[in-house]
Amino acid sequence: MTPRPLPIAYDFDEEAFGFGAPQGTPESPSAAEAPGAAGYAALGAIALGVLSFAAQLADAPHAGTWIGLLSGLPLAFGAAAVYFWLSYRGTTPGIKHDGIFFGSMTARGTLAWAAGLGLTAFYVVLYWLPSAGRIAKLEAGEGIPSQARVWTLKWTSVLFERGIDSLDPLATLLSGKPADKWFLYGTLYTLAVLAFGVRMLLKYRHNRYQIVRTLSVMVFQLGFAFLIPNLLKAFRYPEYYFTYFWPLKYDYLFPSSVSYLWNTPGGMGVFMVFWGLAATFVATPVLTYFFGKRWYCSWVCGCGGLAETLGDPYRQLSSKSTSAWRIERWLIHGVLVFVVVTTVALWVTRGSKSPVASGLYQWYGFLIGAAFSGVIGVGFYPLMGSRVWCRFGCPMAAILGIFQRCFSRFRITTNGGQCMSCGNCSTYCEMGIDVRAYAEKGENVVRASCVGCGVCAAVCPRGVLKLENGPTHGDRFAGSENPVGTFLDSLTSGPKV
Amino acid sequence: MHVAIVGNGVAGFTAALELRRLDPDCRITMISGESTYPYSRPALMYVFMGHMRYQETKPFEDRTWAEQRIELRRAWVTKVDTAAKRLELHEGEPLSYDKLLLATGSHSNTFGWPGQDLPGVQGLYGLMDLKALYDNVQGAKQAVIVGGGLIGVELAEMLHAVGVHVTFLVREASYWSNVLPAEESAMVTRLIRAAGIDLRLNTELAEIHAGPNGRVGWVTTKAGERIDCQLVGLTAGVRPNTQLCEGTPIETGRGILVDRHLETSVDGVYAAGDCAEIVTEGERPRPVGGEPERLRREGEGAPERPPEERARTLLQQVWYTGKAQGQCVAKSILGQPTEYDPGLWYNSAKFFDLEYQTYGFVHAEPQAGETRGWWEHPDGGLGLRIVAEDGAVTGFNAMGLRLRHRVCERWILERRSPAYVLEHLAEAGFDPEFARRHEPAIAAALAPQLGVEVTA
Repeated sequence: MTPRPLPIAYDFDEEAFGFGAPQGTPESPSAAEAPGAAGYAALGAIALGVLSFAAQLADAPHAGTWIGLLSGLPLAFGAAAVYFWLSYRGTTPGIKHDGIFFGSMTARGTLAWAAGLGLTAFYVVLYWLPSAGRIAKLEAGEGIPSQARVWTLKWTSVLFERGIDSLDPLATLLSGKPADKWFLYGTLYTLAVLAFGVRMLLKYRHNRYQIVRTLSVMVFQLGFAFLIPNLLKAFRYPEYYFTYFWPLKYDYLFPSSVSYLWNTPGGMGVFMVFWGLAATFVATPVLTYFFGKRWYCSWVCGCGGLAETLGDPYRQLSSKSTSAWRIERWLIHGVLVFVVVTTVALWVTRGSKSPVASGLYQWYGFLIGAAFSGVIGVGFYPLMGSRVWCRFGCPMAAILGIFQRCFSRFRITTNGGQCMSCGNCSTYCEMGIDVRAYAEKGENVVRASCVGCGVCAAVCPRGVLKLENGPTHGDRFAGSENPVGTFLDSLTSGPKV
Repeated sequence: MHVAIVGNGVAGFTAALELRRLDPDCRITMISGESTYPYSRPALMYVFMGHMRYQETKPFEDRTWAEQRIELRRAWVTKVDTAAKRLELHEGEPLSYDKLLLATGSHSNTFGWPGQDLPGVQGLYGLMDLKALYDNVQGAKQAVIVGGGLIGVELAEMLHAVGVHVTFLVREASYWSNVLPAEESAMVTRLIRAAGIDLRLNTELAEIHAGPNGRVGWVTTKAGERIDCQLVGLTAGVRPNTQLCEGTPIETGRGILVDRHLETSVDGVYAAGDCAEIVTEGERPRPVGGEPERLRREGEGAPERPPEERARTLLQQVWYTGKAQGQCVAKSILGQPTEYDPGLWYNSAKFFDLEYQTYGFVHAEPQAGETRGWWEHPDGGLGLRIVAEDGAVTGFNAMGLRLRHRVCERWILERRSPAYVLEHLAEAGFDPEFARRHEPAIAAALAPQLGVEVTA
């Protein structure tokens, strides 16, 4: 053996490691796994679907027909699902994260910014595009806006309406009514959950927890958040989403919605009122006690469903810093207080047209219902990770989290001393939990925010993490004898080193 | 009191945090030339492959160290002066200490192969090696990896991930066969080949040759075969870093020799982690922690040594032993001499997609007096071995199955019978919910091999 000289200098900045692919290799991993002829055909079909949809925005003759409809968005998303199948077909079952932090789309590169801007723009149009009538008045000179602004609004509105109209055959079939913007949104949302759900099923085909969970969110989105609400309309029942509850679907327990449902002819509306009350006040505590908040957040909820499918490529972008955790705790519980105050104010002042209560309603709808959950929640997927809304804003998640932290059998168990602190679990936690901080100490992970997606356990290379339901006391977490006190303390303290 | 810690690997940083926890007042300085902040060495491969960036591999946020009042010094220590209690650094003022912890880690073994110092030849241990790999992989189409252990298969996976063709030379007849029993070794061997690695068994490196550009160009094997390559990875185990002890009274063997309290031959100087060789001579067979000495095993990467020598010192070079030694040595440094208890051996690894866990004693070869049972799933991707001796289970090897550490450990220490273990196997299961259960098949297959009857 030749004696190894002591290194006496360093010529690198380790903090720069991992930001780019190793340079100069003859074949990049993507080149090695080129999609092949079938893959290019699938990519072509995606392009064809996008083109067909775009042509309908340009008022092509097939607009508004079944051929036009099917050759548009369903073709594009269906071909995407086929493309995912072709891409994963050649890989062995297991964790496939090579190059995640080198990819433009998955590491906040140009593509990610473009996707983020595109998604954000879509939500802005969806929520706040003025009505056609309002735009016509502006065009007529009311308020003297700039011509460029009027022109932009007008053409955005025209294209948006044509996009909506292109779905008329499906909307009429399901609900007996032509499509509106929420039908367009629901169709896109459902197609995204299904196509990217297929991707998730393929990516985690070695892990049956992920398979069952992904099938669950796909079924709940397609059935309960798309088909059933539209079929209800066809039968002249109120459009009702049986998988969204107060306070996520905040107006379901507002006096206006309750009285509307209650006064709907037939028993359906009354059933819906009781369903909503039972979901919020019975199912939420009981199911969370047995299974943790995951029963809702990563198995049923539509927001969670989109995050777990379309959002999966971005889960590594959530911030794991303690400062992000601090912001999270103030923000999410702040939103919970906001929605409770709004709801109570509306009930207390019902019938008296209180400007304070209706102002709270409007501001909550604008700030939280639209801006936070939609524009930021989904629009920022490619930049801040897939669970921004669920982590920082969702009042339903806040309630489920309090129950999960204090009164639940759920925990993530860590496996003795096997952790070697690699950090895969923390990196791929979409909720920004520093899972490793618990795993390396051999402590259970009991956190209000954990949605139980199970990806930390899946990516662990040493078999350290397992989602489990067990006794609420004993070794669930340090301080489990006084869960509420410990929870309140944890709102203001950071993690222990 | 000023404690200086040389090295910020897991033994060093664990000791630093434990010192602060036990003593709010002592001054702690942690010195490393490798990195400013501690990071997780086993995660190097994930940085290279793009699963994580370097910053994600740090177990603690940067501000932790200031909050814990642990001074970090980015420098290489060039000399230890135990008489003056002073460290000389490659730049800047020397550092005086009251107590010194050497946690200097180890480096890749080389065995005097001709050409081993050529540009393009490297090991894989720390950030210098990662930096070298970024440089060496540029323009490389083919690589040769020498040495069939855990680091070799990691390096193979890393290079394969960036499209470099890997030829993996293993001296033995099967992969890692000095640690893994035949069936486990065969399973991993199949998997490495299925992944597209050119695994050459019974093949030894003879010489590394320079190409026309002065960098590595090809290697020859002892069978005289020539393999073209632009990169050579030497992964035949690691060796403790003892260089700092040269010219000091600190005694060294293969590593820095320490007693059970992890103190070296010089008062006030301690060593922990990969670099520490713990002398247990004269103490055998005194049990530590209540369980028999034979349930201990050396760390992966230690060269094979005769059994009589094996009993005298303990060289453990895995992550968790570094952590345990760091926790132990902090107490010794603070004047509460604490014996290092290696506990019951366990380890884990991942070979491409295949996870491996081991608990207790599973030798590569059957030992006298042992009975062993092996179950393998028909598709070949899962396996479980249970070893028993004198009517008690002594070890587990799990391939593609996750087992619960504390349950396996308890069963071994409680000397549970094979029949009991097979009947309660589900308690040790750690696979995700909804995973297919194999316990009945495992019990049915293992019971006859272990010579027991199992009631379903």
